[in-house]
Amino acid sequence: MRTRRAGRLGASILFAMLIASGSSHARDLTVVGFGGSLQDAMRTAYFEPFAKRSGAPLIEESYTGGIAKLKAMNQSRTVTWDVLQMDENEMTLACDEGLLEPFDWKSQPGAADILPQVKAPCGVGAFVWSKVLAFDPAKTPGVTSWADFWDLKRWPGERGLRKQARMTLEIALLADGVAPDKLYETLGTKAGVDRAFAKLDRIKPHIRWWVSGAQPVEWLAAGNVVMTSAYNGRVAAANKDGRSFTMLWSQQLYSADYWTIPKGTDKLAAARELVAYMTSPEAQKRFAETIPYGVTNSRASALIDPKIQPDLPTAPQNMAGALMIDTPFWVNNEDELQQRFERWVAQ
Amino acid sequence: MTRMASTTETLDGTSALAPPSLSSRAKARMVSALLIAPLVLFLTLVFVLPLGGMLVHAVENGEVGGALPGVAAEMRGWTGEGLPPESAYAALARDLKAAHGEPRLGEASRRLNYERAGYRALLAKTARAVRSIDRPQAGWAAELTGIDARWGEAATWAALRRASPPLTPYYLLTALDLRMDDSGSILRAPAEERIYIDTLGRTLWIGFVTTLLCLVLGFPLAHALVSLPRGFASVLMVCVLLPFWTSLLVRTSAWIVVLQKEGVLNGLLTRLGIVDAPLELVFNRFGLYVAMVHILLPFMILPILSVMKGISPSYMRASASLGAHPAVGFLKVYLPMTLPGVGAGCLMTFIIGVGYYITPSLVGGARDQMTSYFIAYYANTTINWGLSSALGAILLLCIMLLYATVGRLIGVGRIAGIQ
Repeated sequence: MRTRRAGRLGASILFAMLIASGSSHARDLTVVGFGGSLQDAMRTAYFEPFAKRSGAPLIEESYTGGIAKLKAMNQSRTVTWDVLQMDENEMTLACDEGLLEPFDWKSQPGAADILPQVKAPCGVGAFVWSKVLAFDPAKTPGVTSWADFWDLKRWPGERGLRKQARMTLEIALLADGVAPDKLYETLGTKAGVDRAFAKLDRIKPHIRWWVSGAQPVEWLAAGNVVMTSAYNGRVAAANKDGRSFTMLWSQQLYSADYWTIPKGTDKLAAARELVAYMTSPEAQKRFAETIPYGVTNSRASALIDPKIQPDLPTAPQNMAGALMIDTPFWVNNEDELQQRFERWVAQ
Repeated sequence: MTRMASTTETLDGTSALAPPSLSSRAKARMVSALLIAPLVLFLTLVFVLPLGGMLVHAVENGEVGGALPGVAAEMRGWTGEGLPPESAYAALARDLKAAHGEPRLGEASRRLNYERAGYRALLAKTARAVRSIDRPQAGWAAELTGIDARWGEAATWAALRRASPPLTPYYLLTALDLRMDDSGSILRAPAEERIYIDTLGRTLWIGFVTTLLCLVLGFPLAHALVSLPRGFASVLMVCVLLPFWTSLLVRTSAWIVVLQKEGVLNGLLTRLGIVDAPLELVFNRFGLYVAMVHILLPFMILPILSVMKGISPSYMRASASLGAHPAVGFLKVYLPMTLPGVGAGCLMTFIIGVGYYITPSLVGGARDQMTSYFIAYYANTTINWGLSSALGAILLLCIMLLYATVGRLIGVGRIAGIQ
């Protein structure tokens, strides 16, 4: 009896090991995004049509950013991600550390149509996002600039900002009257940083800090804040659900997110194919029509429904007065400024 | 434990007529060694090695030496006064040419950027520029200073010198809000950058208050669980354990729903007319304590309960029959016997509490973030594993000091329930 049980135990262990080893060999192509309504749009526009077309299964995962997992995968030589959405900052850091597969722009299919600003050494622009001032015009009519964000007399109440130095310091300087083209020059000096913090000091007790992209829109809807910084796609999604928030396009802060390929993947060819598909005009048209982020393929713009165009960060009328986030500046200065910011916030 | 030992002795004694052969004793010892081998292996693999690795990260400093070996060698031979000799400039140019485009240069620039913001770009820019210079006209010092004036500054080289040895105190100093200046002496960080000592103090304070609240709530509850009728006690026990069986995130989010401005509790209070305006109950220290005490209460109650269960009610009856007031009896007889449970409960609650970071980030305010928040931030977001490890090592040291103190006061054996 005992031997039979032991035998059965042994067999099941062996079986489990076989399954485990089998699955590690037959790993499916894995794409990783930031989740939420954004990844829902990617699924509709990219993942499902691609899987149908290629006939091979496509696995999805989500993460919240950060390159620690990528680095750990690289060091342990068990890369299980094939295509990865990254913000520009982290892509630059990861690229410098050799964690990403370089892109050969001479041989990349369709490279000529990709906007030159988003052709990076280790990634290709996935979409253009924007951080805007959002408010409910029924409650706070007449807001026209970041300077109004500081006007506590006319629009009393709490304000939402993201709890990080990046973009918050820019918003403070924009509100203080610094022109977008002079902004990083100002922020590059000690006096400029002091000026940004001094400006933030004036509304500090009225700031509610958000950390995830869903929070500001929820707070605006619940009336916890009267105005907030928020990502344009999230605000648009809320408006789709029946809200009528206004986004302030003038003085928007914009940047791109990228598709990258982790170095060491054994599915390099399939990963390249997926990235090429996701940056093709038709696929990007579907994406922008699902969630209004800007496209990176110059031929996609012409295909997008004209009714949606004004909601895109990249629409010409929305670009007036816009600030492009200076990634090299932040790659150099984030450690120091974030530390000062954390201290300031906790005081 | 002592009773067990004495039984074995008697057994050994009675079998003295036929003493066990040496080989059978060795065999028994080998069997027991084999039996605990998996545990030892497990602890080594998942506890000792990762912990050791983490501690090593806090002082490890191979980035610059790995990418720029020639510079590192030059820096070892240099006094650190003024500017280095021409040979150091030449070594830098040689190393940068060799490392251009390689990941190790990225790692070295990240490390150098910790010394001063902007050095990451300086290294990248210089590496690009030196590639086109085969033979410097006026020597490498002039060429490099021509590429960027910072190579002509003593501060740049002092930073490079600090960053190049294989081990560094940089991370541990930073985690204690200290800096090493260009001359090598240790000073406090500029006021606007001092952050970690305050955070550590806050972390320990939050842990202490949470532990105290858990004790105040948990001790009477544990006593009630022991003395109440069985049916009622088991219902109460389920209530205590319920948070144990719910996911941490769900529990924490539930508190936001209950405590927020438009939440359940504020709605009730305003409707009953107890308060006029909704109270600020969450996203501040109060909300944090509520959520943490809720989560950590079982860790306090269970050890106390297990000790209380072993205390016979006859002790209290005896003290009463000898004429002691119930309060005196409680203080002199009952309380001392529960101390091992209280010690274990407090220690466990405190140690788990100071490691929290999801709960503070969800229900705490900007002023309630704890050390773990920074550990996670540096480990995950900026891959500054050195600083992350240094902060972890300091937190670990604090906990070990506390453990040693409590251990000396109460006795480690009693806390662990061995004695």
